[in-house]
Amino acid sequence: MTDADASLVEGPVLERVLTAALRRGGEFAEVFAEDRRSTSAVLDDGRVEELSSGRDRGAGVRVVVGETTGYAHTADLSERGLLAAAEAASAVARQDRGKRVVGLEPRAAVRPNEVTVPPEEVPKGRKIELLVRADDAARSSGAAISQVSAGYGDSRRRILVANSDGVLIADDQVRSRFSVSCVATGDTGMQTGYETSAFTVGFELFDAVDVEEVARTAARRALVKLTARPAPSGEVPLVLASGSGGILFHEACGHGLEADHIAKDASVYVGQIGEQVASPLVTLVDDGTMGPEWGSFAIDDEGRPAQRNVLIEDGVLTDYMWDFLRGRKEKRPSTGNGRRQSYRHLPMVRMTNTYLMNGEESPENVLAQTPSGVYVAKLGGGQVNTTTGDFVFGTVEAYLIENGRLTEPLRDANLIGNGPQVLRRIDAVADDFAMGPGTCGKDGQSVPVGCGQPTLRITAVTIGGTAGD
Amino acid sequence: MTKVATHAVASDADAGELLRLAERVAGAARPGEELEVYVARSVEVDVRAYEGEIEALSSAASAGVGIRVVAGSRQGFAYAGTLDEHAIDQTLADARDNTSFASPDEHVALAVPDGVPPKSLELWDDAVLTTPSEEKVNMALELERRVRSADPRVRQVASADYGDVAAEAAIATSTGIVASARRTVCSLSVVAIAREDSDSQTGVGFSAARGPGDLDLEAAAVDAVTRATRMLGATKARSGRFAVVFDPRVTSTLLAVVSSTLSGEAVTKGRSFFAGRIGEEVAIPTLLLADDPTDVRAFGASSHDAEGLACRRNVLIDGGILRGFVYDSTSARRAGTTSTASAVRGGYASTPGAGCRALLLAPGSLGPQEILGDVGEALYVQSISGVHSGVNPVSGDFSVGAEGLMIRGGSLAEPVREVTIASTLQRMLQSVLHVGTDVEWLPGVAAGQTLAIGDMVLSGA
Repeated sequence: MTDADASLVEGPVLERVLTAALRRGGEFAEVFAEDRRSTSAVLDDGRVEELSSGRDRGAGVRVVVGETTGYAHTADLSERGLLAAAEAASAVARQDRGKRVVGLEPRAAVRPNEVTVPPEEVPKGRKIELLVRADDAARSSGAAISQVSAGYGDSRRRILVANSDGVLIADDQVRSRFSVSCVATGDTGMQTGYETSAFTVGFELFDAVDVEEVARTAARRALVKLTARPAPSGEVPLVLASGSGGILFHEACGHGLEADHIAKDASVYVGQIGEQVASPLVTLVDDGTMGPEWGSFAIDDEGRPAQRNVLIEDGVLTDYMWDFLRGRKEKRPSTGNGRRQSYRHLPMVRMTNTYLMNGEESPENVLAQTPSGVYVAKLGGGQVNTTTGDFVFGTVEAYLIENGRLTEPLRDANLIGNGPQVLRRIDAVADDFAMGPGTCGKDGQSVPVGCGQPTLRITAVTIGGTAGD
Repeated sequence: MTKVATHAVASDADAGELLRLAERVAGAARPGEELEVYVARSVEVDVRAYEGEIEALSSAASAGVGIRVVAGSRQGFAYAGTLDEHAIDQTLADARDNTSFASPDEHVALAVPDGVPPKSLELWDDAVLTTPSEEKVNMALELERRVRSADPRVRQVASADYGDVAAEAAIATSTGIVASARRTVCSLSVVAIAREDSDSQTGVGFSAARGPGDLDLEAAAVDAVTRATRMLGATKARSGRFAVVFDPRVTSTLLAVVSSTLSGEAVTKGRSFFAGRIGEEVAIPTLLLADDPTDVRAFGASSHDAEGLACRRNVLIDGGILRGFVYDSTSARRAGTTSTASAVRGGYASTPGAGCRALLLAPGSLGPQEILGDVGEALYVQSISGVHSGVNPVSGDFSVGAEGLMIRGGSLAEPVREVTIASTLQRMLQSVLHVGTDVEWLPGVAAGQTLAIGDMVLSGA
């Protein structure tokens, strides 16, 4: 057994640290320990620029008293280091309520999938070889491809959560990703295209994913836009290709359904449980148990097992997403949505894999029945103001729809909409569901998430191109 | 309440020790290999107030090392989030091992001393470390209280935060670089939610300074309240072509995007629309854009860059003519020039790249009110969204979500939301109408001021 298989912190130490954390009258205490190893490699400008490897290890101690949370973290996993963090975190509690001894009961975590090829057992040279193959494939996609960057990354994140409710549970999260971005140069200037493949798996990812195909997709997106016209401006009907635009739901309502925004009355979805908030075609799920998807895990960063949560069913809002603190206040359990970027951060309500369920139309019909509008084959990132519900998302591959068919490619533009309005304007949902990976940023913390949807149509959304009406 | 022992979890080493540690490790370079050791350490306190109570109080101490090895024109890198001796040895071994997998590149090199003397900059305020936690907590509580009581339409404060950081870094290389730098930053930020009828709007206010004594709590509170309440009743504007006036904070964000096109790294790799255009007219004839990390007013100020060279002022656009780019050592060699001491890095876990730290547009002659009076019917933008998804620094395509107020008769008129504004970065630089005199130094890589740009496409109803 290597040291990577040993427990991050021994049970008796955790019990003593938790007991110390409660000494000043804290009502709840938690130790979150993490050991993260990662490898990344970048090929750019035709050269493997560097292979980087790193390790971050430490623990955060959280103490809750009333509505107040104290937090401190340390890179020192010894009992002395953890006790110092416990001391600092418990400073928010002021009353000595007598000694409360914490006893822990180890529990087993159920992994969403098995990792068959741990990345650390794969020779570094094989990871580099993937980059070289991708570079070749991208450059052979067209003479106009003027620059290619390819990135490989893997991480193994071992976490352990122990708290004063007696929970002691650990997880071992392995993730692998591969991405390619291309620049194409033509008479109209330069255009860019990218594609990413990312899953909560080991190196076996590359048995299923062809890196050359990833590269060709990125190259095609850049090449297509060389002849693209400026996107229109104003309101247009929008067809979103399957798997390309789950980010739409992530922004249009996902963030607004996070219980921390709800608790502060900072969401347009406050008080809407049981209400029709979307078209009856919309059933939205957040599911951390979804096999190898990018946002999956066995336990969240508060030690709660991942679960599948239906948020909107046939257009009716059924529940919000909860973490420990927000659930505690409402006297209900967490939904397994308490996540954090690392041991240096406090957990908060976060999405996992968020997706819209299949409808019954064929994607061909959805397009054919759209006389004019914009077809988005791939969305980029997005951003939302949960209080107003206004959100934006960028296109990275889009086409004009004329007479139910795709015609000209369009240059990149942002789309802007209002969450509740857009959800009601969905008038067609196809049966070709697909997922994609993303990185979600909230309050300065980034976590991996999955997004998914089948092909769908929104009757009107504002697109911010430069072409006149 | 009890004082939080911020130092309890910090390492005991002082700044000199960081440098000695870096030098000691760099001294282990073997023949034929160059070694760079970057060591960083920081302590942070974050307080969030909510409904008159402390919602969260975090104290954090971080330290780490990043080691770069260049051998046989190949680069390898490794990092560790600790200064533990055994971990540093392992990190050095990993970085060495990693070199063998990189492609040989004659341009890859560490910085070498270039004789430019570093300026002594005062970027540190001891008060960040000596101020008791209860005073920091009280600032967050007072900020929330003032915002809640300022206007009956403010119904909620989504967050009211105090945060500070004291950071030190040292770098040593086997090529003769020895440098260290330290800085403090603290800030107040608050998000107000205003309500009227069924309409909700948000406004963000903040204040930043080197030390807590220089924070302007009242200004942050007023800013958040004004921004939220003036947006009440906002509607989607009609589409059309308009002049757009950007708030200083938005200008700072835009300059940060422009700065990525001026990075020597992007230029040498064919990822900037400015590549090959030195000496050409790229902006209006009065425009002067410079990056000056030696200006202590800038939050990005630093005596040294991330490779240990002395920071200096670099003029990028002058008289509307593209004059230069910012380079780190590797991109400079690739371009056949020398480093402009513009290496930046995200922390000990990343390798350096070329970037700006302290951009400033030379102020024009008009203040914000005079600019409003000169632009006719226009859109005043108080915040933008979707910058990372809607601004492409390679192609220059620009399309972002915007909220703000229409400008009519020289004054701010009705509020506008859920619209986008679009153009290209190239065209925007050629369409600058006014650069305001109201320079605001903001956290990030660029200062901001009121900026008016003609002929943008507003997409709304």
